[in-house]
Amino acid sequence: MNDTLYVSKTTKRSFAAKPSFLRAVFAIVWKDIQAEYRSFELVSAMLVFSLLVIIIFNFALNLDIKARESVTAGVLWTTFAFAGTLGLNRSMSVEKDRGCLDGLLLAPVDRSAIYFGKAISNLIFMLMVEIVVLPVYSVLYNKNLFQPGLLIIILLGSIGYVGVGTLLATMSVQTRTRDILLSILLFPVVLPVLLPAIIASNGFLAGVELAEILFPIALLIAYDIIFISVAFMVFDNVVEE
Amino acid sequence: MITVKKLVKRFGLKTVLRGVDFEVQPGEFVALLGPNGAGKTTFLRILASLSRPSLGEVKIAGYTLPKQAAEVRARLGVVSHLPLLYGDLTAEENLRFYARMYNITNYELRITEVLEMVGLGSRRRDLVRTYSRGMQQRLAIGRAVLHDPEVILFDEPYTGLDQDASSMLDVVLKTVAAQGRTVVMTSHDLARAEDLATRFDILSRGVIAASATRRQLRKSNLLTFYKEALAG
Repeated sequence: MNDTLYVSKTTKRSFAAKPSFLRAVFAIVWKDIQAEYRSFELVSAMLVFSLLVIIIFNFALNLDIKARESVTAGVLWTTFAFAGTLGLNRSMSVEKDRGCLDGLLLAPVDRSAIYFGKAISNLIFMLMVEIVVLPVYSVLYNKNLFQPGLLIIILLGSIGYVGVGTLLATMSVQTRTRDILLSILLFPVVLPVLLPAIIASNGFLAGVELAEILFPIALLIAYDIIFISVAFMVFDNVVEE
Repeated sequence: MITVKKLVKRFGLKTVLRGVDFEVQPGEFVALLGPNGAGKTTFLRILASLSRPSLGEVKIAGYTLPKQAAEVRARLGVVSHLPLLYGDLTAEENLRFYARMYNITNYELRITEVLEMVGLGSRRRDLVRTYSRGMQQRLAIGRAVLHDPEVILFDEPYTGLDQDASSMLDVVLKTVAAQGRTVVMTSHDLARAEDLATRFDILSRGVIAASATRRQLRKSNLLTFYKEALAG
């Protein structure tokens, strides 16, 4: 290390400028993907948990084919919801443990960019888990889940879940009981997303007409928009003391 | 550079800061001293725009908090006892991330420059979680000066460092201060504060109880001044 005093060659006090909203969002998403690529802690925990849940359900619900079909949507969304809380907790714990959340808040970026960056990262990790869980479920339960309608519902449900989950995880991570608090806060709030997602998923799996499940799909889209808009508006207040 | 008038901060029923008046000129190095619970960290978090004042006025580089927080943050670097770095990223990946967040152009050159400054050029591709506490703290300073801020806030930067790491941090801190930046540092280490700062303010029971420049302290010493300020 140099003992001599140092003079910058590259900066002449031009000061950092506020990056564009998208640039900040992209920086956060890329950072999360890089860190996860190294540690593989978040996705692996979610994945192992999800696979264990569907295997346990497979043995616990030792049902006939018809009965199995009727519980598919419920088992899937239960798995995604519980695995999702693991991911959300881990994602925000990484930010809190070394004070990195403060590092993000100190940057001259719009704070909603931090929310969207973290929410998109969480959504990517959740979708990665779902991409693995779906074929495993299909094999174990002998049920083809690769139907475009069902996949869209899973995407919409995951967006709503992560949208509200990221906000609540940011709140709960600042408390001592963060591990249990997120579940207590999240499940009652996210119910309006989960219920239409389960109803619409059931409809697609049962092969009913699209018109019959338009209402839960519309409800799901509406709640996605409402939750993300609310999170966008209140995130600044949630993170500031 | 920093002007604080009648600053009050309450957490519920508890009042932590009770009308703090504080002013720092450009290029000054102010050591903010005081016992545990005096409100030093709360005060620094308000200056850093991480906490909202309950009452009072805070201006940094001509910008008012919390209204113009983004402008203030662009001119501010913060080092706390936590590194604010990602353990699963390398040193250069951490700095690259922060460079993007501060919209620094030509950042690869600047990252190399900063890593050389804090003596971590040879470890730039190592994961931060493999660093010692002292190395992490030096990298934290690199992160804080990456965007060449006018003002730097240090909150107990020596916490958890051994003697060698503290000595190395001394050099980095002197380097940072010598670049003409305005520095506010909280510390319990009176000897280090005496060595580095040009002014000493004592925060006690939520107010600035005493303030003296290095010149004013020449006949006395910092320990006596500190004890008298707390007793008064």
